[in-house]
Amino acid sequence: MAQTSPTLAQRLRATPRHRVIMAVVFAALFLTLAFTMRWDWLPRYWPMILEGVWTTIWLLGLSVALGFVLAVPIGLVQVIGPKPLARLAAGYCTLIRGTPLLIQIFFLYYGLGSLFPHIPEIRGSWLWPYLREAWPYALLALTLSFAGYEGEIMRGAFAGVPKGELEAAQAFGMPPGKILRRIWLPRAFQRVLPTLAGEVVLQLKSTPLVATITVFDAYGVISRIRSDTYITYEPLLVLALIYVILAAVIVAVFRYLERRIPTR
Amino acid sequence: MLEFLLGPEAAQLLAMDSWGGALWRGLLATLQIAVGGYALGILIGIGGAFGKLYGGPVIKDLLELYTTIVRAVPELVLILLLYYAGNSLVNVILGHLGLGPIEINGLVAGIYVIGVVQGAYTTEVIRGAINAVPPGQIEAARAFGMPPMKVLRRITLPAMLPYALPGLANLWLIATKDTALLSIVGFSELTLATKQAAGATKSYFLFYSVAALLYLAVTILSMRGIRWLERRSRRGLHVVGG
Repeated sequence: MAQTSPTLAQRLRATPRHRVIMAVVFAALFLTLAFTMRWDWLPRYWPMILEGVWTTIWLLGLSVALGFVLAVPIGLVQVIGPKPLARLAAGYCTLIRGTPLLIQIFFLYYGLGSLFPHIPEIRGSWLWPYLREAWPYALLALTLSFAGYEGEIMRGAFAGVPKGELEAAQAFGMPPGKILRRIWLPRAFQRVLPTLAGEVVLQLKSTPLVATITVFDAYGVISRIRSDTYITYEPLLVLALIYVILAAVIVAVFRYLERRIPTR
Repeated sequence: MLEFLLGPEAAQLLAMDSWGGALWRGLLATLQIAVGGYALGILIGIGGAFGKLYGGPVIKDLLELYTTIVRAVPELVLILLLYYAGNSLVNVILGHLGLGPIEINGLVAGIYVIGVVQGAYTTEVIRGAINAVPPGQIEAARAFGMPPMKVLRRITLPAMLPYALPGLANLWLIATKDTALLSIVGFSELTLATKQAAGATKSYFLFYSVAALLYLAVTILSMRGIRWLERRSRRGLHVVGG
């Protein structure tokens, strides 16, 4: 305690004066908001909000993981695949990146979803109970979207691994599968890692769109609260804060991962 | 399934005097907001970049706050916040002036919302591009005694353009797609028109496919134009390995 207080004072003195003034102004603004706006709904809906945030987190985590697994072959066939497959993969990336995610979600949920009941094989299968819910479509749309954006990045990453390293692996007599597993994929992954944090934050910012097909993620819960209580701004401010915190956590996690993986 | 995609039934639904016309008007509205919001974003971006590079410490910090928050909060949430906040702000100001509340034109609101969101990204793109301009060029202009605005118009902006174009092009593609989010606040652009057409006719598959193709066509045509612009803007520029 005796040691921390002088350093704090020093740090305060080292802070530019305008920052101190701005901090005071923002603190005042924050307090004004806290006291003049309505927050009585917050304790009542708190468990619901947490549930929504959890839905956002698992939708994000699953769609990023599955999307990345899909992105690897999409990127790879564009570099070494036969021409038709490479074209197909490139076309897929253009289609995903050239249309709004909202349209993709609606297409899958309303478009495909409206065709399924007409196909008896699907109605009779074990999949049917899931296909009648909204979240599989949300997860599918988010996964396909992430795969499209990340596939394009993986293509560049695979193409950017120095030829000499792959030739060295070949000279050692490694079979192609082993080269991919031991050299090509890890080196490509290393190249995309710095961009991955940004991509995952972008994906986080796409997740609220699933609320349009009745999935109750953080955004869905907040819109429910807004229509229940007729409060316009307060829930939205809480929601913005939730996303800022989630984005900061993602950036911190990836910074930690990046430091753990040696670059040289 | 094929009779969903083709056939006389689909042709009838997509006729101009039927739902085809609604989609077409939606596409035009989408393009209008995209162009307007993008232009507003560039204006904000130029101002923001100059503020971040040459402004005082308070302006720099405030701009940092603006770009950080806008880039961390989902566009959908920002659109709702800006839409309602902008609406009530205008009406509060009008109230103080002794005027009654007005219903804000959807087009203006859409352009303003997309512009403010785009402005944050554009600020970063233009700031990076200005940093990439060899400082000697700007210093030379100052040494010639050009006033700051003339340096901006004649030297900084044209010189940074080749560096900013890839980023700005990307933002244009994002702007066209972000307009779809305005359907959430009830603005009748392509996505909402599609949703209404699909809901009324129950031909979900057909209409969402057509809408996707329209958006895709806008993207692909834009990419062609962008490639042409990039080639043109790099005339006379020394490109290593280009």
